[in-house]
Amino acid sequence: MPRRLLRDRAIVADDWLYAAELTAGTDTPAPEAAASSAPRVILGLDQWFAERDAWIARAVALGVVLLPEHTVERLAPDLARLSLVACSFTGPSEGRGYTQGRLLRERYDFQGELRATGYVRTDQIFFLARCGFNSFELADEDFAAAGAAFSTFTAAYQPANDRGLAHKLPHP
Amino acid sequence: MYRYDIADKTLVRERVEQFRDQTRRFLAGELSDDEFRHLRLRNGLYIQRHAPMLRVAIPYGLLSSQQLRTLGKIARRYDRGYAHFTTRQNLQYNWPKLEEVPDLLAELAEVEMHAIQTSGNCIRNTTSDHLAGVTPDELDDPRPWCELIRQWSTFHPEFAYLPRKFKIAVTGAPQDRAASLVHDVGVHIVRGPDGELGFEILAGGGLGRTPIIGQVVRDFLPREDLLSYLEAVLRVYNLEGRRDNLTKARIKILVRSLGIEEFRRRVEAEWELIRDKGLRIDPREIERMRGFFAPPPYRKLPDSDPWDGQPSTDAPGNDPEFRAWYRYNTVAHKVPGYRAVYVSLKKPDVAPGDATDAQMELVADLADRYSFGEIRVTHTQNLLLADVEQTTAFSLWQTLKAAGLATPNIGTLTDMICCPGLDFCSLANAGSIEVAKIINERFEDFDYLYDLGEIDLKMSGCMNACGHHHVGNIGILGVDKGGEEWYQITIGGAAGADASLGTVIGPSVAKANVPETLARLLEVYVEMREPEERFLDTVRRLGIKPFKERVYATPAAA
Repeated sequence: MPRRLLRDRAIVADDWLYAAELTAGTDTPAPEAAASSAPRVILGLDQWFAERDAWIARAVALGVVLLPEHTVERLAPDLARLSLVACSFTGPSEGRGYTQGRLLRERYDFQGELRATGYVRTDQIFFLARCGFNSFELADEDFAAAGAAFSTFTAAYQPANDRGLAHKLPHP
Repeated sequence: MYRYDIADKTLVRERVEQFRDQTRRFLAGELSDDEFRHLRLRNGLYIQRHAPMLRVAIPYGLLSSQQLRTLGKIARRYDRGYAHFTTRQNLQYNWPKLEEVPDLLAELAEVEMHAIQTSGNCIRNTTSDHLAGVTPDELDDPRPWCELIRQWSTFHPEFAYLPRKFKIAVTGAPQDRAASLVHDVGVHIVRGPDGELGFEILAGGGLGRTPIIGQVVRDFLPREDLLSYLEAVLRVYNLEGRRDNLTKARIKILVRSLGIEEFRRRVEAEWELIRDKGLRIDPREIERMRGFFAPPPYRKLPDSDPWDGQPSTDAPGNDPEFRAWYRYNTVAHKVPGYRAVYVSLKKPDVAPGDATDAQMELVADLADRYSFGEIRVTHTQNLLLADVEQTTAFSLWQTLKAAGLATPNIGTLTDMICCPGLDFCSLANAGSIEVAKIINERFEDFDYLYDLGEIDLKMSGCMNACGHHHVGNIGILGVDKGGEEWYQITIGGAAGADASLGTVIGPSVAKANVPETLARLLEVYVEMREPEERFLDTVRRLGIKPFKERVYATPAAA
């Protein structure tokens, strides 16, 4: 069963695969496996740097996972070749992804899908959306109430990046 | 003071509903203990030794009489008829019921109050000088800047999950009454090269397990750049602060490990990239914010103090107790004919900083009658009526005295700062309230206290240092020794503009021996001091040796 996802405020089946999922149970090298089924593939950052050219030659669309300790600067020169960046939240107190998201959107003008993966719960959605995230790999039990999370607050005190919200928040 | 507009009101109400839903999900079993903990902590709710503890934000310590009256009413309705004012100018309820907290928050919202970001790893309440706007030595009023910081930091989407908590203090006077040097960021209003007002920015101060005095990151910041600069500091901290070890996660550890030069380089590099984006403060916004803190309609009064010198008759003001109170519990005001009046929350048999519902309501009434309807909370856990006409001081004193709010000890040994300690707090190693009580019993002679003069005594029940013991002239830290409560004593700390960390005098002492230990320290001071020399200065001049020798010369007979 494909992974479910909240993307642009709608629940959708995930049309991306992580590289590890692509080759699970087969001996086919990952880029070749991608070529045969032509999916969209999300790579680890190190994998991206090591195998970049092979992937670009074969896959339709490519994404990269940033771990909390990765700097956005490392990926910046390659962003034009990526359709997705997934920031990883490793637990309920991990917060570096919020800054990574804003930097990707505001400093590097990344226009692709910005995904929150890992520990992502309903109560984080509002702030993540204000940091530029537009897709969320939620825990199963959270989908039902997630839609309401985008309107938790209807105003804001500070400018941020509200493209993930349906409405532009007024702020002083 | 700042008044909510429709956006402020909406945000606070939406927050109540968000928290109501989170509480409901927890009680329905949809959120685990751990998941709910991360959510409730962002709303000031701890699960403590006996019950939840709810910390209510009092932005930069400023309250209207209506707000204080509501705090008193809530203490009666949802708690056990009292509450505790903290060293960060906030208020804590120790006995609310979890399921009633959403309703309590809804009542707070009605008077423009909340518990947003009063705990958790986020930007906490911004604190300031309790004499802001009235002290004669002030360069500029810090409160408009505090309010700008409050708004910028409230629900800041990027900084809601920091490595650790983050505290900012703002001062506008050379004398630092906000302990800004032991905050994560200290903001000092200063004059720039051309005489214009701006800020000195410090970072990396803090207490807790590793006490450190803050260092200057930037010696002059133009005032319109305050928020973009803070955003740069927070961004560097959010990305680079340690998250692998809670005790090394505060910004002070980052500043220390990078060194202040490298930390500054990183902050400035980030700031260069964002300073011209959306956070520059419009001069009209600065003026609008200043308008909220415009001086109240003072009367034009003669510049002569009616209580100065001895009255010739047997006038009521001749009461020596009143005179002592007037001398110690009131301070100079920049407007002729006015004084700022401390409402002491340091009654000997009451935990420092505690106030009953009736006392809160009374002080609210007194604020309406004597001080333009406003009250401040001091970081030394007292209240302050900032704008009292000198001539009314005697009648105000009579009312305060009858209510147990006029202990004439402000600035003296027994005006001590004290955390709730083992009696309430689940983190504490040792009790602090009981120790405060036996210290009060030992030092009840006011003439002796007055002779000792200005001494800051600060006490914490554990390493987390909520009672700021490191920066007490005398600091007391509760430690656990094989299940018994013992106390480590430091001397020579200071929290002001000349902040310093105290030095441990030697092995910790048993609870019953704390007063005797203090008595010996003070004995040395009285013998060795030079004329007019404060305790702190004697310690700085002599070092700890003579004090240590006296304390440990013979066993204390409790």
